[in-house]
Amino acid sequence: MSDTSTQPKKSSAAPIEEIESAVIRFAGDSGDGIQLTGSQFTTATAFAGNDLATFPDYPAEIRAPIGTVAGVSGFQIQFSSHEVLTPGDAPDVLVAMNPAALKANGKDVKPGGVLIVNKDAFTPANLQKAGYEKDPLEDGSLSAWRVIPVELTRLTRGAVEDLGLTPAQSERCKNFFALGVMYWLYDRPLEATSRWIEGKFKKNPVFVEANTKALHAGHVYAESAELFGHHYRVRKAPITPGVYRNITGNEAAALGFVAASSASGLTLWYGSYPITPASDVLHELAKCKSFGVKTFQAEDEIAAIGSSIGASFAGMLAVTGTSGPGVALKTEAIGLAVMTELPLVILNVQRGGPSTGMPTKTEQSDLLQAVYGRNGDCPVPVLAAATPGDCFAMAYEACRLAVKYMTPVMLLTDGYLANGSEPWLVPDAAKLAKFGKPALLPLSEYKPYTRDPQTLARPWATPGAKGYEHRLGGLEKQDVTGTVSYDGENHDRMVRLRAEKVEKMAQDIPPTEVLGARKGKVLLVGWGGTYGSITAAVQNLQKRGAPVSAVHLRHLNPLPPDLGEILKGFDHVLVPELNMGQLIKVLRAKYLVPAAGFNKIKGQSFKVFEIEAAVDALLKGGKN
Amino acid sequence: MDRDHDELQTLPGSGPMLQAKDFKSDQMVRWCPGCGDFAILSAVQKVMPTLGIPKEKIVFVSGIGCSSRFPYYMNTFGFHSIHGRALTVATGVKCANPDLQVWVVTGDGDGLSIGGNHLLHALRRNVDVKVLLFNNRIYGLTKGQYSPTSELGKKTKSSPMGTIDVPLNPIAVALASEAGFVARAVDTDLAFLGEILTRAAKHKGSAFIEILQNCVVFNDGAWDPVASKDVRDDRMVRVAHGKPLIFGKNKEKGVRLNGLEPEVVTFDPAAPPRDLLMHDEKAPSATLATFLSRMGDPVAQGIFRAVERPTLHELMDGQIEQAKAAAPDLQKLLKGPETWTVAA
Ligand code: SF4
Repeated sequence: MSDTSTQPKKSSAAPIEEIESAVIRFAGDSGDGIQLTGSQFTTATAFAGNDLATFPDYPAEIRAPIGTVAGVSGFQIQFSSHEVLTPGDAPDVLVAMNPAALKANGKDVKPGGVLIVNKDAFTPANLQKAGYEKDPLEDGSLSAWRVIPVELTRLTRGAVEDLGLTPAQSERCKNFFALGVMYWLYDRPLEATSRWIEGKFKKNPVFVEANTKALHAGHVYAESAELFGHHYRVRKAPITPGVYRNITGNEAAALGFVAASSASGLTLWYGSYPITPASDVLHELAKCKSFGVKTFQAEDEIAAIGSSIGASFAGMLAVTGTSGPGVALKTEAIGLAVMTELPLVILNVQRGGPSTGMPTKTEQSDLLQAVYGRNGDCPVPVLAAATPGDCFAMAYEACRLAVKYMTPVMLLTDGYLANGSEPWLVPDAAKLAKFGKPALLPLSEYKPYTRDPQTLARPWATPGAKGYEHRLGGLEKQDVTGTVSYDGENHDRMVRLRAEKVEKMAQDIPPTEVLGARKGKVLLVGWGGTYGSITAAVQNLQKRGAPVSAVHLRHLNPLPPDLGEILKGFDHVLVPELNMGQLIKVLRAKYLVPAAGFNKIKGQSFKVFEIEAAVDALLKGGKN
Repeated sequence: MDRDHDELQTLPGSGPMLQAKDFKSDQMVRWCPGCGDFAILSAVQKVMPTLGIPKEKIVFVSGIGCSSRFPYYMNTFGFHSIHGRALTVATGVKCANPDLQVWVVTGDGDGLSIGGNHLLHALRRNVDVKVLLFNNRIYGLTKGQYSPTSELGKKTKSSPMGTIDVPLNPIAVALASEAGFVARAVDTDLAFLGEILTRAAKHKGSAFIEILQNCVVFNDGAWDPVASKDVRDDRMVRVAHGKPLIFGKNKEKGVRLNGLEPEVVTFDPAAPPRDLLMHDEKAPSATLATFLSRMGDPVAQGIFRAVERPTLHELMDGQIEQAKAAAPDLQKLLKGPETWTVAA
């Protein structure tokens, strides 16, 4: 298949070295197919049996000028023979398709790491666009790394030259050549990608052949040109047996909503307005029409939630998804859902704020907005997913709680979870816990605001139910009857009832898991998408014998009922967050603990070493 | 969609005939005495029993404002939402359960100012809801500020020297938004309002009715220049499908085209001229309706346009039916395009 003129004579097989884990990053122009290359490497790695985690890094502009640093797209993956919790701190290997990619990513690579660069792209024009005054491949500025220049463009053209493609078409295959090189370096199988190419270009056999040739040519070239001296093997990780797929947080959230719909027998409504980084949830659900899912791309964020409230009133399982600025616009309507006590899930895929902020960058700065950000005393339960795959479980749980307690529920994910991916043990659809709309009280006992004593939920009588006609609205309700009331005593009672209902949800929170001992020097309390970094850091610290434990919160309002006791078992509480300190305020207010914060607001998640260093400093200095 | 109660439901026409009083809720009506809203409420309550729809299948949705208290007074399902957003809630209700008949009650502030965007989009999507826009050209509930339909130069509490904003023409806005059913009526003319409401109820798709309404407290006589008893025959013309535009106390006036402008002609009622403008509510294009909406003297009332096309819920459900040809398989969906197996 790869009988091309570029194929050097096969040399003796290079030695193979066993390693535990590796972190690699692909980077190039948005048009270089970086995300595709990354996802193919991910699939091959999953097939090789490693545990893994990935993170894509998109440029903010859709079509930033070619060759500039602003236009660089990246994809990082960590894979290992052990459990993988994050996409990795610093890459061991960077594949840079042009000077801008090198400029934007080179400094992130571990000292002594490998830079594979497309030498052909290092033209004076490209160097200038990337902002290099001198060619970094020549001026010695990369001496901290092992630089492997590959004539990617020329070699790819050579590999496909007999197929009659235009130069531009030939060149477009170069990401598969690069992938072939990386497959050799990490001893990955080529089959999955070959199959994918066949499927993708079914209608264009010549592209099937060209990309397959480029892939194999890269593989053979890496071996024969003796670029690396040796290559690596990462053994299979001890993973729970079962059927796996790779999943991003946004995909998982969408599937969680569909699964909740299926398990409850309630048809799903998803009202949304396009917004980065939440739009993929809308895209995923729009494909699920065969499940009866009704997606509604509204004219704005307010219409997205308004329609969802209407759908909920009429008996659907209603979800509205957005990011922080969208939640700001939905705020008044969330209050309406609180007042009317209708089930509704509000998904906030958080991004860098304030205002438009950094749409493509991750942050955890909407927690206080979620917990407190409304007019009036307006309690809303808040959940947060911890990993991409966990978005499934939490989306499902948010739906279940919304229906059980007749309340809007806010689910927080973030850009890091939404776009990041991990292998996910596919659940058995038949074993999903069922839930549903509680049976309606007989008409003789029914009033719109009678409450279930267990949950304080009011009945969900939907239009069409004869005799149950009633009027809801945003004006204060008379207790039990639900008619409009301006009575002060009644208002006092209703405000407290709404708060108590949300507090009751604590009975549904499972016991908090503590990573490590339940007593010790330092307890890290995290929430949301930082789970991987915090857990990996704490595991490393524990291996070094540090008296450190961690809890990771998925329930932010109400908080787990056992959290207060756990906090008491530690001298120091450290709260790492990708914000100025939001959970810490909630914890201090509720438990009066002198917690310390560790905060990063750089649009990216924590590196594992950063958390380790913060804990080390705390242990050494004893500062709090 | 609530299927639990299907067996409880009365099929249209199969139950005992309902009366207007069956549609009155137990809540005291709290509009100012003499407010035009009373007449509209009464007209709606009279029309409801004639539609043959059981009241549990009727939903009234509103926003915020004097008119938006309307749902509380109807013994149907009702939703008093937040300012400007009634149409968004109504869209969700109708799409969730197309069996329901959904009415939206809004005002000139609620529907054209804070909620203007939703009006455009609900109408263009042809959401099957009936929109009653009570136009009193003032903010009543907040006690007397100018609204988006207040006449230019109007002096109000918030415009002591007169407004400087050109008002919107609700009918023209609705037509520009591709509304299929567009009509105008006056609060005081109960019989005619009833006819229009009935036609709107039977129209498949979005129906938009501007109701000229008097606010006795903050804009009394809002429509007197065109709709008071003594002038209305000469200042307003009722448009009717297939009929020439004739008005006046003695039906002695008509409207004809002079170039692209309307021109009033006076004639012997026994022999109206042949070149009067004929109304065609079914015209596929909205050109004539828009022309009529722009007439200032006389002002047109009646049904400007009544053209049906597929509704939002029909199209939405149609795609779902089509998609269901591939039987839904949750396990397959969860697995996604590619899986691998980790052996024990
Ligand atoms: S303020 Fe005007 S519109 Fe409002 S209830 Fe009174 S009269 Fe009617």
